[in-house]
Formats: sequence, structure tokens, C-alpha cells
Amino acid sequence: MAILVDENTKILVQGITGSFGGRHAQLSLDYGTKLVAGVTPGKGGQLFADKVPIFDTVEEAVAATGATVSAIFVPPPFAADAILEAVAAGVDLAVAITEGIPVMDMMRVRAGMQGKKTRLIGPNCPGLVTPGLGEGSHGGCRIGIAPGYIHKRGKVGVVSRSGTLTYEAVWQLTNLGLGQSTCVGIGGDPINGTSHLDILKMFNEDPETEAIIMIGEIGGTAEEEAAAWAKENCKKPMAAFIAGSSAPPGRRMGHAGAIVSGGKGTAAAKIEALRDAGIEVAGNPSDMGQALVRAMG
Amino acid sequence: MNIHEYQAKELFEKFGVATPRGKVADTAAEAKSAAVEIGSNIVVKAQVHAGGRGKGTFKNGFKGGVHLVQTPDEAAEIAGKMIGQILVTHQTGEEGKLVSKVMIADAVEIKKEYYLAVLMDRESRSPVIVASTEGGVNIEEVAEHTPEKIYHQVIHPLLGLQPYEIRNLCAKLGFSGDVAKQFGKLLQALYRLFIECDCSMVEVNPLVTTPDDRVLALDAKFDFDDNALYRHPDIAALNDPTEEDPREVEAKKFDLNYIGLDGNIACLVNGAGLAMATMDIIKHCGGEPANFLDVGGGASQEQVRNAFKIILGDPKVKAILVNIFGGIMDCDVIAKGIVAACQEVDLNIPLVVRLEGNNVAAGKQTLANSSVALISADTLADAADKAVKAIAV
Repeated sequence: MAILVDENTKILVQGITGSFGGRHAQLSLDYGTKLVAGVTPGKGGQLFADKVPIFDTVEEAVAATGATVSAIFVPPPFAADAILEAVAAGVDLAVAITEGIPVMDMMRVRAGMQGKKTRLIGPNCPGLVTPGLGEGSHGGCRIGIAPGYIHKRGKVGVVSRSGTLTYEAVWQLTNLGLGQSTCVGIGGDPINGTSHLDILKMFNEDPETEAIIMIGEIGGTAEEEAAAWAKENCKKPMAAFIAGSSAPPGRRMGHAGAIVSGGKGTAAAKIEALRDAGIEVAGNPSDMGQALVRAMG
Repeated sequence: MNIHEYQAKELFEKFGVATPRGKVADTAAEAKSAAVEIGSNIVVKAQVHAGGRGKGTFKNGFKGGVHLVQTPDEAAEIAGKMIGQILVTHQTGEEGKLVSKVMIADAVEIKKEYYLAVLMDRESRSPVIVASTEGGVNIEEVAEHTPEKIYHQVIHPLLGLQPYEIRNLCAKLGFSGDVAKQFGKLLQALYRLFIECDCSMVEVNPLVTTPDDRVLALDAKFDFDDNALYRHPDIAALNDPTEEDPREVEAKKFDLNYIGLDGNIACLVNGAGLAMATMDIIKHCGGEPANFLDVGGGASQEQVRNAFKIILGDPKVKAILVNIFGGIMDCDVIAKGIVAACQEVDLNIPLVVRLEGNNVAAGKQTLANSSVALISADTLADAADKAVKAIAV
């Protein structure tokens, strides 16, 4: 078992007929992921890649195919509605890839999801990958936009707020021969669905995961919260890296959530909290894989 | 996105947040007629985004970006000394900011100053109202020395501001009777403005009571959610590009995410997290990054070319570090794009390129075979080290 998804998970893609959604839906199919449905309002009845049925609504797609996870590629003005639609259709997991959703929309979405069974990952995230056993980790479950081949099936859990920086970390691990159980990108927005801590708890309980690497960045206090919990509860060796120690305060560094404001969310405070929890912190981004090797002793 | 004080006042008036009368003026003559409308006790304020205006100095020697005057003629005289001049404050840097407008406002008498703000709180994922009896000063200092004088009220995202929440705040701030009623009305209007305009913060500092018991928002600072500007064209139109770094304005046109910094090693990276990490490793290796620059996940030739042009517009830049993780995209395609972009912009400073990912061997071969004099690097650490050394020699 990995966390959240495995090679048998059936997924659907909302926004499958858009160029971005379509391209990555195809890459997931090529990776061997069980992509069973697409949803684009007004295009129900068509086929994607000559084989995947497209539906007008998530509810219809779920009823017809048994999909339990939705990957959302819908543009920002319509993304909040798309997430709420997936929640109403009762999927277990909604993964919002979309970048640029207004914070006010995400605030309402999170409040509206209270008490519902669906977990949200993202928005503004690369998605998640549980690598398969084939060549280039083929045959796994790839949800979102990460390159599949950089992964390798194994025992390291990866959680990160970033996209390409996560690929960098995964690639370092794979080249060190350290495969991954599941790699989760939780996204760079100030209000998101799933936190570092949520994923950390899952990795801690997952028998297949033997070590964890957490990649954070400036802004907010999610890394500190995860570190405080890990100090008391985490049974597995952990490494971490925090991006943005050279970033000036008060400036938003690309990600909407990556900002040091009012003295809160600095890299220094996060690194201190991580070290205090006994987590091996990578001194620079070239050192992420090696930091985990040190943590595993 | 930030806005000017006069624009904030216009938004307050639109939403019914009580504020002293005021008008914006482009010329001394306009300042005079605005002052005639206001009467006596007039304040003339230079309109720039930077704080510390009152203690600032104009490059023409005139002192102070905020002046109290009594007559329309005086208002015109002061406005004439400010408009078209460069104001330097502790927040503008020594280059200062051009003042093209002044605000003429009623200088109300103040009985007591308070602090009031509505902001989006990421921990509670809700709007939070922050209020204090200590207004007119830096709230972060109040938070540090007397945190018990700052009150927080988390607002339910779907229910919105409730009357009992206003009553609780009134009790804490010591408002009663008609003053409490006025405060409640002001706060409701402020909250509605915060929500309807997709603000990430509205800060009123100070909020004041007057000797005749009026409650007024005296000065305001806004921060809008950039992601929501698409649905607020009227607010997007308030943006003043002269207040921004011209390189950042230029970068936005090409969909590049650029932030100018003070160092001399420019970086060009795909992805925000990796871009931050690249800055970090330059610093780690003893260099100083000249910028943050995210060209987007794909890093197309077009994006790379435009990015080079913006980077090279910074005279401080002595070397460039390109760090691309080609995940989905073929590294060879990216390498060809980098080579073509270098030839187009006629690069004459050291360029270190680090490519990683899909088909990287072919990409490195393309770089090696090109006529462009670039330094190839294998790892992030190797790249940063080479960039720092390229400047040292």
C-alpha cells in the first residue's frame, strides 16, 4: 500500500478537453494509470483518445465508471465550482491542479467541504504519483502534471508545496536508488486542501513508507506545525528542505502563499522548528537526497 | 496589488466607510479649488505608495510630503511644490518616487486613535478582524510589546460578520452609544468592501474618534488578491505602473514571474519553488542572486529569450545561471531554445546552464556543440559554484 492512491485507483479528469488537461490525461494513460472518464460540460458522449468516455457531469462519470478520484484542470474562474462538483459527486479525493484560483473562492470551498468525505489536494499543485513497478515506474498512478519516469517504486514518502523542486528531489532520490511510496504535491497557495501535517500522518501510518522527505518554503506556518507533530509522533526517519532562505520579506515569490509577512513564515524559523524536531535539514537544494540518506543512517 | 490613498478614499466612499472629505488634485489650481470646497483646516498629502511621507524630503529641497494649511492659497502653494517632484522617504530608497498627484483633505481633529484591519488569515482559512486601542503607530510594535491590546475576531467564511461580533469588539475598544453605532456601521461597510473587492488585507490606521464624537477612517492600506483581479476590472485599473519596478512590469507582459533583487548573479528557472531554491544555493555558494525569475513549467524558447532580455536590462548582472528541470519537455528542445535565445540577444557575460530531466544527454550535447560560449553544469551545487567562480575571475 502507498497512501491515497495505488495502481488500481480509477481516476477521472475534469477539463479533459482543454489543451492542458488533455495533454496530461494522455501522459497519465501512457504511464498506465487507470484513467476511466473525462468531464467537460457540453461534451458528454464524446471519447478522449478514442477510448475514454467523456461526461457532462462528475456525478454521471462516477456513476458510470466507479471513478474515486478526480483531477481538476479547469481554469481559475470555474475551478471552485469544479471542486465543489467533485465533492458533491462523492469522490474520495479531488486533486486541483489549477493555478490562480482567488483566495476568497478557496476559503468558501474549504468551508463548504466541512463534514464531507472528500479530501482535496491543491490547488496550484503538481498532483501526486504512486510509482509503478514497470520500466520508468510505468504502471503506477499518476494524477496531475509530474513527469512519471523520474519516479521509482520504493519506500520513501515525499511531500512538497512545489512542482519542479519536487521533481528535483524525486530525481535525486531515484538516482540514489531510493524509490518512493507516494509523492504528493500539496500546492503553493495560502489556502489549500491538505497540509504537510495531513500527509505526514498518512506516511507515518503507511507500512510501505519507511522514510519521509518534506519540502517546504517560506510563508505560513504549516511546516512548523508538521515539525511539532513529528517531534512527538513520527516513527520514521525524516529529512526536509525549506526553499526561500534568500527571499526578501514582503515579496511574493511566485507562489501566492510564498511570502514572509509580519515577520512570520521565514525560512530560518521553519528550519529551526525542523531541527528541533530531530529532522535532518538539507543545507541546500542539491543535498535533499543525501539529507535523507543521512536521516536513514 | 496596492493602491494610492486617494483611490482608497474613493473606495471607502463607494462602500460607505466613513472618512474625512477629500479630493485628489493633479495641479496647484485643482488643489486650490478642492481646498475651497473643504474649507479651513486642510491637509495636503503627496500621493505615493511608500510610507513615511510626512518625514520625507523632496529632491528640490522641500521638506515633508504631508502639510497642514489653513487657506486654499496655501494649499495651492504647497501642492505646487510637491507635484512633479521626487519624494524620498525611508521606504522609497534614495531614488525616490515621482509625485504626480496630491490629496486635499479635511484635517479632522482627533480625540483618540485606534487600529482596525480585516485580513485573510491562512491558519483559520477565514477573514479575521484585528482591532486595537493603540492606533496611529506601527501595529507590529504593539503586537510585540503589548499584545494584550490587540483583539482578533475570526469571521465565519460563509456566515459573514455577525452583530454580536461587532458588539464584542465595541466592548473591547470601549465604544458605547452613538459611537458604537457608528463603529458598527463603519465595520460592516469595511467588511463588505473586503469581501466584494477580493482583498487580502484592508488596514485602517488610524481609525479615529473626533471631539464631536464622529468615527472616521483616517488612512488606509489595501492589498488585493492578484488572482481575483480578472473579476474586478475597475480595481485592476487602479494599478499605477510607475509605482512598480519597470523590469517587473515588462516581465508581466511576457507572463514571466520576475522580482528584482540586489545581487549580480541572475537566475532563470522553471517553477517558483525551484527558482527560490536556486537563489538559495547561489547565496549558499557565496554569491548574491540578482533576481527571482520563474519562466513557467515549460520553459519555451520564446519565454527564455524574453527572460534573457529582462535579465540583461539590469546593469548589475555579471553572470547568468539557467536552471531548468525538463520534466515533461525534452531537454534537447530546451537546450536548442537556450542556444537560439543566446544568439538573438548577443550575450556577453558568463552563462552557466544546468539542465536535468527528460533526454538530458542529448540536451547537453546540443549545448556542447553550440557556438555559444556557455558553461555546462551537472548538479545545482555545481551550477551555483561555477556561476560564483565565473564572476570571481
